[in-house]
Amino acid sequence: MKQAESTGTLAGQKAFSYFPGCSLHSTAREYDVSARLSCEALGIELKELEGWACCGASSAHSTNELLAVSLPARDLKRAGEVGLPLVAACAMCFSRLKIASHELQNNDMRKLVQTVIGQEIQKTARVVHLLEVVDSRLDAIPVKKPLTELKVACYYGCLLVRPREKVAIDDAENPQLMDRLVRKLGAEPVAWAFKTECCGAGLPLARPDIVLKLCHRILAQARQAGADCIAVACPECHSNLDTHQEEIRARYGDDARVPVVYFTQLLGLALGLSVQQLHLDKHLTDPVPVLSSKGLA
Amino acid sequence: MARIGVFICHCGSNIAGSVDIARVLEAARKMPQVVYVEDNKYTCSDPGQASIRNAVKAHRLNRVVVAACSPRMHEKTFRKTVEQAGLNPFLLEIANIREQDSWVHSDDKERATEKAIEIVRLAVAKVARNYELYARQISLTKRALVIGGGISGIQAALDIANAGHEVVLVEREPTIGGRMAQLDKTFPTLDCSACILTPKMVELAQHNRVVLFTYAEVQSIKGFVGNFEVEVRQKARKVNHTTCTGCGTCWQKCPEKVPSEFDLGMGQRTAIYIPFPQAVPTKPVIDTEHCRYMKYQRFVASGEEDKKPPQCRVCEKLCPTGSIDWEEQDRVFTEKFGAIIVATGYQTFDASAYGEYGAGMYPDVISGLQLERLMCASGPTGGEVKRPSDGAHPKTVVFVSCVGSRDEAKCRPYCSKVCCMYMAKHAIMLREHDPEVQCYIFYIDIRAGGKAYEEFTRRAQEEYGAIYLRGRISKIYQEGKKLVVLGEDSLIGRPVELSADLVVLATGMEPSSGVVELAQKLNISYDTNQFLVEAHPKLRPVETQSDGIFLAGACVGPRDIPDSVAQGSAAAVKAAALFSQDYITTDPMTAMVDISRCTGCLLCTQVCPFKAISTQALRDGRVVASVNEGLCKGCGLCAAVCRSKAIDLRGFTNQQLFAEVTSLWQ
Repeated sequence: MKQAESTGTLAGQKAFSYFPGCSLHSTAREYDVSARLSCEALGIELKELEGWACCGASSAHSTNELLAVSLPARDLKRAGEVGLPLVAACAMCFSRLKIASHELQNNDMRKLVQTVIGQEIQKTARVVHLLEVVDSRLDAIPVKKPLTELKVACYYGCLLVRPREKVAIDDAENPQLMDRLVRKLGAEPVAWAFKTECCGAGLPLARPDIVLKLCHRILAQARQAGADCIAVACPECHSNLDTHQEEIRARYGDDARVPVVYFTQLLGLALGLSVQQLHLDKHLTDPVPVLSSKGLA
Repeated sequence: MARIGVFICHCGSNIAGSVDIARVLEAARKMPQVVYVEDNKYTCSDPGQASIRNAVKAHRLNRVVVAACSPRMHEKTFRKTVEQAGLNPFLLEIANIREQDSWVHSDDKERATEKAIEIVRLAVAKVARNYELYARQISLTKRALVIGGGISGIQAALDIANAGHEVVLVEREPTIGGRMAQLDKTFPTLDCSACILTPKMVELAQHNRVVLFTYAEVQSIKGFVGNFEVEVRQKARKVNHTTCTGCGTCWQKCPEKVPSEFDLGMGQRTAIYIPFPQAVPTKPVIDTEHCRYMKYQRFVASGEEDKKPPQCRVCEKLCPTGSIDWEEQDRVFTEKFGAIIVATGYQTFDASAYGEYGAGMYPDVISGLQLERLMCASGPTGGEVKRPSDGAHPKTVVFVSCVGSRDEAKCRPYCSKVCCMYMAKHAIMLREHDPEVQCYIFYIDIRAGGKAYEEFTRRAQEEYGAIYLRGRISKIYQEGKKLVVLGEDSLIGRPVELSADLVVLATGMEPSSGVVELAQKLNISYDTNQFLVEAHPKLRPVETQSDGIFLAGACVGPRDIPDSVAQGSAAAVKAAALFSQDYITTDPMTAMVDISRCTGCLLCTQVCPFKAISTQALRDGRVVASVNEGLCKGCGLCAAVCRSKAIDLRGFTNQQLFAEVTSLWQ
């Protein structure tokens, strides 16, 4: 099985197949909108993959390994036929697609998956995360409105850099991709220890106590590090961190409120797009006051 | 005319069990030029050897074939046997009918017997064309080079010197002493490290057969056993060590302070410095990168117009003997040696590779070696354990084991051996310093193999109250003045959260930087972890595959002090044994070049793994290959690649090998 264009450099790549995933079409629309607008401004063409379907997160990979590979395998096959690298913005989609393309290198697994999806997989696409794409042209980002004086806690979450053997886009304990970008945009990435800690993932309904505890610690650490906001690259991280801040305050008594934004929104802001265009006014913990206090909104 | 005797060994039932000896005897009797055959139950036994000697005399044999085990086992034995019978030892061939026949074909006696006959036939064909070879004697320089002045190198140098030979020790740091000099106490006896080390350092420096080059490095190595030529680069110290008395005025008055390498950043030193008070030599060097006057000179040389930095030169003004020498440059000189001992030691793993531990990010996350400096009475805090961030006395100390050991993800799959022990030592010493200290030690296993080691780790737990938790740490982060340590106690299967004042990472050992370059210069091997490789891991632990080059200490693998000292002494004995001879006897089975045929393509020089082939210019201007018999191991690669058949291998000539092959269809 061939993996298309696995050797080409990302910097030279103009067009990508785009895998929005379910979140970016629903609860994380602001991520989708800001990603598309920012990419347009950077001259990156995102072509939404026709007929994309569920990546398998997180119900499939926690229940059935074969299903967890077969679902993204179908998407990978479609993207392979298009012939462009497949870019995902959602960390979960990225993780599922990346791990599946890794698993499909195994002949036995591929044969099994082919019988499951009833299609032969000739070629799959190279899977990349949007952060990697932006990082590949970091020097060429035309910053119009530097995010001066904005202190950002870059939060990568667990899926973007793990498992190391299969994903490995950056150091698993102290990743730098987003920090580099934020610095390029004129903001200051703060040094903190919770970049890749667990946010509680899909547990807010089943075990809210765990999610509140984990999110409280992440938010408190970000505040302690002096961050004005947290930048994320995952819709689930965003929803866990953004939507429970009042509950956390009620439960733990300390004010750990920090706005949580997508890195694409910060990128768009620096590229000169407006708060409204980027849906920065759609978050539950409103980032607009802190942005206006720095003259950015 | 060759008169060949064939001696077939039963090796008990090892050979006779699967080879029909009688048939082999019968066949051998009919082979060309064979005049005598016999079989023995054990040819290598005394009666077996006597039987060969008697047969040589009785039947006027002038060639011998022994059909028995591998030549690696007994070729030397039988060479001696035929020599005792009055023959040249190289008029012997071994037909290996055990490892290459009876052992591997025990299921088919018929075919094993046929194969044995063919193996004997090859040996007979070859031995008929063997000719007398004589070992050559090469002179040797009875002088040893020791590379590295840690405890292992010091021990090796002292032992060689005490055996009556000259030794040169080259150390790249400004002092000898190595890692051991940085330690406070040693396990399991809690001897003061400096107290037992410094007498040896002084003894070495004062020994009349030892020459010490500190702040010097080995630049290149040529030659072979007994005759090494080594270029040593003496780095410029900018201080004349002949006139300097080591009074100390300069390093007390130097205004420029930089983090001390010896104290691993826990303290500061001056730009003109000795690394620690008991350094040997107790004479300073100037760190040209940080020295104010050197900075001034560089500024002037750069031609910039800015405000000039101060000239300083305080040391020069205050030096009572005028020993500061700004003009001094690096000096390269060549020395001859007969043996080389590599004792380059180790360095500790850089813990910043573990992002989750925050080494380098949080000042109170330190390494075990840094803690040694904080506990040491001559260290930067005068032996008071103060944490780096605010100088407070830590009360809760967490240790993390296996940082850069037993971790394949960090390419350090091996156990560093000493960390379990030094964590226990630290836990004991911290309690001794302050009874209120509580130590928590996160471990994977407690590896305390060694005399009185297990008892020592138990003392740390039972008498000194160290709490051992089995599990790894997942994260360390700062919260206010405390460090929060998140981990797991895998024995109760629960996550653990501790609030610590100080975290000590038990960083593992890795080979010193630059050891690969040195190994390449010496033409010795190193493994995937860049540790140097012994000639045999069990039976030749201090030798290398290159004759005359020996290994000692932690450059071979993680070692503690007792092991390093033992290895230093062992390597010294090997060198002394070499020096007990007046000449080195070389194996005569080396390559030879027929200069009338050599076209000078020099392909042989490229394939030679021992760098034994050089060139020589003939009087007519032609350049041809030339074999150094001291270096040649007789592997035959050069003979195989030689396009003009100008290279032949003594004892394995083309003629002999062709005779073997053609004998198979005769």
